[in-house]
Amino acid sequence: MEHIGFGAFSYDLAHLLGAVVLVLSFALLSQARVTSVINTYALQAWALAAAAGWQGWVQHAPHLYITAALALFAKGIVIPIALHGIVTRLRISRGIDTALGIFPTMALGVMLVALSILVVLPTTIQSQALTREDLATALSVVLLGLLMMISRRTALTQVIGFMSLENGLILAAVGVEGMPLVVELSVAVLVLVAFVVFGVFFFRIRAQFDSLEIRHLDRVGGAHR
Amino acid sequence: MSGTALPLLAAIAALLLALGPVTAVTGSRIAGWGVLVLCCLGALIDLGFLIGGARPQSLTLAIGLPGLDSVLALDGIAAFFALLLFLVGAAAGAASLERAAGAASLERHGPLSATAPALPVFVGAMVVTLLAADAFSLVAGFELMSLASFALVLSDHRQASVRVAGLLYVGMAAISGVCLIAGLAALSRYGIGFAAMRAHPPEGLRAVLVLVAVLIGAGSKAGLAPLHVWLPPAHAAAPSHVSALMSGAMTKVAIYVLVRVLFDLSGPAQPLWWGLPLLAMGIASAVLGALRANLETDIKAILACSTVENVGLVAIGLGLGLAARAADISALASLAIGAALLHAMAHGLFKSLLFLAAGAVQHGAGSRQLKNLGGLIRRMPYAAGALLLGAACLAGLPPGAGFAGEWMLFQSMIAAVRLGGLGLQIVVCILAAALALATALAAAAAVRLVGIVLLGRPRTEAAAQAHDAAPPLRWAMLGLGIVVVLIGLVPAGVLGLAGPALRMLGNTDMAGRAGWTGIAAQENAAGYAPLEIAALLVLAALLVAAVLRARAVAGHRTGPAWDSGFGAAPAWLANGDPLTQYGGASFSQPLRRVLGPALLGATETVDMPEPGDIRPARFSATTLDPAERWLFAPVARLRQHLSGVADLLQFLTVRQSLAVIFTALVAFLGLIALLEQI
Repeated sequence: MEHIGFGAFSYDLAHLLGAVVLVLSFALLSQARVTSVINTYALQAWALAAAAGWQGWVQHAPHLYITAALALFAKGIVIPIALHGIVTRLRISRGIDTALGIFPTMALGVMLVALSILVVLPTTIQSQALTREDLATALSVVLLGLLMMISRRTALTQVIGFMSLENGLILAAVGVEGMPLVVELSVAVLVLVAFVVFGVFFFRIRAQFDSLEIRHLDRVGGAHR
Repeated sequence: MSGTALPLLAAIAALLLALGPVTAVTGSRIAGWGVLVLCCLGALIDLGFLIGGARPQSLTLAIGLPGLDSVLALDGIAAFFALLLFLVGAAAGAASLERAAGAASLERHGPLSATAPALPVFVGAMVVTLLAADAFSLVAGFELMSLASFALVLSDHRQASVRVAGLLYVGMAAISGVCLIAGLAALSRYGIGFAAMRAHPPEGLRAVLVLVAVLIGAGSKAGLAPLHVWLPPAHAAAPSHVSALMSGAMTKVAIYVLVRVLFDLSGPAQPLWWGLPLLAMGIASAVLGALRANLETDIKAILACSTVENVGLVAIGLGLGLAARAADISALASLAIGAALLHAMAHGLFKSLLFLAAGAVQHGAGSRQLKNLGGLIRRMPYAAGALLLGAACLAGLPPGAGFAGEWMLFQSMIAAVRLGGLGLQIVVCILAAALALATALAAAAAVRLVGIVLLGRPRTEAAAQAHDAAPPLRWAMLGLGIVVVLIGLVPAGVLGLAGPALRMLGNTDMAGRAGWTGIAAQENAAGYAPLEIAALLVLAALLVAAVLRARAVAGHRTGPAWDSGFGAAPAWLANGDPLTQYGGASFSQPLRRVLGPALLGATETVDMPEPGDIRPARFSATTLDPAERWLFAPVARLRQHLSGVADLLQFLTVRQSLAVIFTALVAFLGLIALLEQI
C-alpha cells in the first residue's frame, strides 16, 4: 500500500466512513424509541461494512470483504430483524427508560471522544496517520457503546450498546494493516453467541418478572440489604 | 584456607538444609547433633577465613531463577555475622539435645518432634542469607528463615497465646518479605547480582525507595521500633533454644541485610540524612525496649524486650556510621560501625546465653512468670551462673561483654557533634541523653531479672523443688559463657575480626585504637582497658576477702535478726507467703508510674467496693505499646474500613457494576492522556 495521508482519496473516504460509524453511535445514544435504536444499529452495521470493504480495497486485503459481508448480513440484517421480532413478540414498551438524560449523555459522549483522541494520537506518533485517526474513532465508538450500556435501563438497549461497542472493536481491527482474519471471525461469532445468550436472557427475565427492566435482576445478585 | 572457605560454608549450608528432611524421617536427636557439629565446623572455617585476611570469594551456582545463576560470596561482613550465627547455632543445637533427652521416651511423638526438622533448616537458611550475593538468593534465604522460624515458634501450638504470637509473627514476616523484595527490585535495575548493584548505586527517588523498603523489610525482622510489636510475643513463645537463635542470630541476620544493602549495595555516595532514620528507629527501640523489659512479667518476654533495646543500640551505631561516612569522617565511621558490630556480636552471644538459662529455669522451676520464681540461685547453680553472667552483660557492667560496645557507642555519639551544624548537634545531644536513659533502664531490667528470679525465697513449691539444667544444656551454657567472658575481656579481638568488614564499610578499621590493652576512641587517647579493670576487680575482691577473713570473729552465733518484713512463714507454706516478698510488679511500679503514662500509655485502675460490699477490691495496671496504638491499631482500622468499602461492590446492581468498570476505564485513559500532556 502506497503512503496515504491527508488529501489522498483513500484516506479521506476511510476517515469519512469511520466518522459515520461514530456519528451513528451518537445517534444510538440520542434515540428515544426502541425500534429506532434497532434501526440506527443496523445503519451503523452498514457503515461498518462499508468501512471494512473500503479498507479491503485500499489494503488489497480480500479477507476484509468477508468481514464486511459478515457485518452487513449478520449485524445489518439478521440481528435487527430478530430484535424487531423480540420487540413485537414480547410486547416491550416502545419507549426507552434512561438512567441519564439524553443531553447529559450526549455531552458525556463528546467528552469521551475528546478523551480518546487525547489518548490515542500522542501514543501512536510512529504509526501511519490513517491508523491513528481510525484508532481514535474506534476507541470513541467503544466508549460510547459502554456509555450506552450504563445509561439505559432496559436489557434490549444494553444488548445493542454491547454490540455497538463490538462494532468499535471491528472498526479498530480493520483499520490496522495485516490484522489476521481469525480475529474478526471470532469477534463476529462472539457477537452472535452474545446475541443468543441475551435472547435467552430476555425470555427468562420476561417469564420471571413480566418485564425486561434489569433492575429486577438486582435481587438475584444478592443485592438485598 | 581462604580459597576453600566459601565452598565449605556453602556445603555446610546445603547439609543443614538437607538435614531437615532427614530429621523428619529419623527423629529429632540427629537435628541437634547435626546442627552442633556443622555449626562448630562452620565457626572454625569462618574464623580461619577472618584471621586469614578475609579476601572476598565468590561462587556461581547453576541453580536458582530460570536462566540466571545464583551467586554466593563471602567477605568480611558476611563472615563476621556468620561467625556469630555459627556460635549461637552450635549452642542452640546442643541445647536442643537437652530437650530431646528430656523427652526421650516421646522422641517420635513429643511436643518438639514435629518441628525439630525446622531447626537445621532455620540455621541453614540464615547461612544462605549471609552467603547470598544476588537478590534472589538473599530473598530466598531470608524467606526460608522466616518460614522455618515460624514453624519453630509454633512448637507449642496447643497454647492459644503461642498461636496468636505465631500469626502475628508470620504476618509481619510477610510484610517484611514484600518490602525487602521491593527494595531489592529497586536496586536490581541492571541485574540481580550484587556486583551489578554496586556498579549502579541508586539515586534520587529510587534511593529513597530502597532506604524505606529495606528499613521496613529488614528492620521489622530485626525488631526495630515501631515494627517491633511481633518480637516479644514470638520470642517468648518459641522453645528456648529457638528463642536463642531468633534473638541472638536472626535479628543479627536482619541487621546484616540492613548493612549489606544500605552500606554496601547503595554505594558510599548517599547523603548524610540516610543515617537519621536508623538513628531515630534505633533510639526509639532502645528506650521502648528497655522500658518494656522493666514491666514484663515473663522472663522470656523480658529478654525479648531487651533484644529490642539492644538491636536499637546496634541500629544507632549503624546510623551514626552512615552519617559519618557520608560526612567523610572515616575514623568516626569505623568507631560507630565497630561499636555496632561489636555489640551485635556480644549481644547475640550473651542473649543466647540468657535465653538458654531462661529455658533451664522454665524447665527446672516449671514457670516463666516472675511471680512463680525466686531463690533459684541455690537450687540451680549452673543456670544461675549463666543468668548472672548474661545479666551483667545486659546491664553493661565494665568487664562484661556488653560494656565495650556501649562505651564505643557513647564515644561515637559524643564525637558525632562534629558531623554537622547546630541543628544536628542538638539532635545528637537529645539522642545521647535518650541513649543514657535506655542503658540505665536496661541495667534496671537486669537487676530486676536477677533479683526476682535468683534471690529471695522461692515463691512457689515448684520453684523450691527446682532442678538444674541437664548436661547438654550445661555444656551449651558453659561454652557460650566462656566466649562471652572472652569477648568481655578482649573486645579488641572481636574488633580485629570485624576489621575486614570495617575496612569495607567505613574505609578504615580500629587498628591503632584497639589492642590487647584496650580500646580508645582516638589514637593515643585514654580508653577502656577491660583486662586491667578485671584485674583490679579481682584484686579488690581478694582484698575484701582477706580483710573479712582477718577481721572475722571466730565461730558464729545465731541471734534474732530484722527479717525485712518477711514475717514468719505460715504453716501451710514452708517458704513464707510470697506476697510478703518484693516481687516483679512491685519492682517495676516506680518506673511504670514515672515513665509509663507518657511512653507506654500505662493506666492504673482501682476498683474499690463500697463499705459493706463484700466483693474484693481490684487493682489493675495495663500498658499499651505506642507502636500498637499509633501504628498497628490505625492500620487495622484502615483495613477494616477498606474491606467494608470493597464489600459494597458485592451489592452493586448490574448497571452500577458496569458503571464502575466504565469509570475505571475512563479514569485510566484520562491518566494516560494526562501523562502524555506532561
